[in-house]
Amino acid sequence: MVFLNDPVHFVAGWANGLLNGWGLTANLATIIIYLVGITLLIVFAMVLDIMLVWVERKVVARFQDRLGPNRVGPFGLIQPFADIIKMVIKEDITPAGADRIVYNIAPVLAATSVIILWAILPLASTIYGVDLNVGLLYIVAAGSLGTLSIIMAGWSSNNKYALLGAFRMVANMISYEIPMVIILLVPTILADTMSIKGITQAQSGMWFAILSPLAFIIFLISAIAELGRSPFDLNEAESEIVSGFNVEYSGMKFGWFYAGELLHAFTFGGFMAVLFFGGYGGFFGLEKIAFFSWLNNPFAQAVVFIAKAMFGYWVIMWIKYSMPRIRIDHMLAFNWKFMTPLALVVLVNTAILSKILPPPPSWGYTLGMLFSNIIIGFITIEILRAYGRRKRKDETRFTPQVVQD
Amino acid sequence: MNNEWVYIGLFLVIGIIVPVVPLVFARLVAPRKPNPIKQSTYECGIETVGDSWVQFKAQYYVFALVFLAFDVEAVFLFPWALSLKQLPLFVVLEGVLFIAILVTGLIYAWRKGMMEWV
Repeated sequence: MVFLNDPVHFVAGWANGLLNGWGLTANLATIIIYLVGITLLIVFAMVLDIMLVWVERKVVARFQDRLGPNRVGPFGLIQPFADIIKMVIKEDITPAGADRIVYNIAPVLAATSVIILWAILPLASTIYGVDLNVGLLYIVAAGSLGTLSIIMAGWSSNNKYALLGAFRMVANMISYEIPMVIILLVPTILADTMSIKGITQAQSGMWFAILSPLAFIIFLISAIAELGRSPFDLNEAESEIVSGFNVEYSGMKFGWFYAGELLHAFTFGGFMAVLFFGGYGGFFGLEKIAFFSWLNNPFAQAVVFIAKAMFGYWVIMWIKYSMPRIRIDHMLAFNWKFMTPLALVVLVNTAILSKILPPPPSWGYTLGMLFSNIIIGFITIEILRAYGRRKRKDETRFTPQVVQD
Repeated sequence: MNNEWVYIGLFLVIGIIVPVVPLVFARLVAPRKPNPIKQSTYECGIETVGDSWVQFKAQYYVFALVFLAFDVEAVFLFPWALSLKQLPLFVVLEGVLFIAILVTGLIYAWRKGMMEWV
């Protein structure tokens, strides 16, 4: 039963005893156990990544009314492995004149920036890498590394299309990062902590997506922008700049950009689940009833977490395959004139209401937060409608043209 | 020894090794027959005219300037948000005042036409 309730610490304690029995010092034993645990966690992420290739291809096929991979294995399940073998045995071409060091580091960095996010992703209450007290800042920092890898790839390829992709990625970054950092303050205020696990536990009674739906929507939009997925896929707009930053990459190096993007999208689905949908928990007190006590089991929690993360990933895919690409100046205007002011208003609203409303586990708190968000959302939509009406009026106004000869 | 950051450091090391392994493996098994045409920039496309690393005007540089100011200021808000539960309402309103100053900067930049595609 001990293993079922706390598998990680059970195995770690057993391995620690074993290594101490061999005569290793405590520090060395800890490091060896960490290395084994990290390797297992990353291998899990990588296996998931391989399956995500299949999921993505199958889902996009359904959105586009196709069948998707269905030849290799049952339902095409072996397809991603065939893809990997193909990528590994393809020739890796480095264009002449490329900045070789930066060119080779970029794909590794693209994958690493996603993998290190898994260090703080809590799969269950007892299955997680580490619980940092600055978890939210860690997400932002790792996200900037991913952006950097794309800029490096675009710059080092010695190709004008790739360079355009890198320039667009910079524009992307300077537009989404402010709303994202500001909106991450909202879960911080609601949970009174920046640790990912603390935020999850604070949502055991009420999801933050219900307390602050606007914050969730802004986080979703800026997460999609950080991922560089449609409608913010300016950096690899295949119909304008061919494939943008990765046009000169081939073989496994391209594979890492592709796999990194898929895992990044899934990981952000996971963070969406953690920050706004209660992560592995958040059953509204259901787990306290004896009949549902199995929800406290870490394996059940992990299944719940993966399901929520998959749902977030599916929403990101849904948006990606339904929306046309946004123009670069529209993206900058959208983020600076709409998202940033709205994020600041939501932040101030949350900060003040969390002081004047009755303390958290109460209906007054929940309803006050929810209704204030609905009111802000309504006012925002009204402002947008008035603006749109004025714009349309300006555009359709008849201005007589005097033709002079 | 601070275990959390040792863990993050080890995670970073293995997180670099894992992507490198398939690249090294690919280098061992994949064919390597480079020739000048294959290695030309934008192979199979129109040849690049002139140097690729050209300098051109980043039309969003004014956004980047505003971004720099905001990015630094947003970091100051994290300690305020973390200690919000212990603070009295008056101090919370002082934080709101700080945000108001930030918004004033945003409105100033907006009115000055900084938020336009130049």
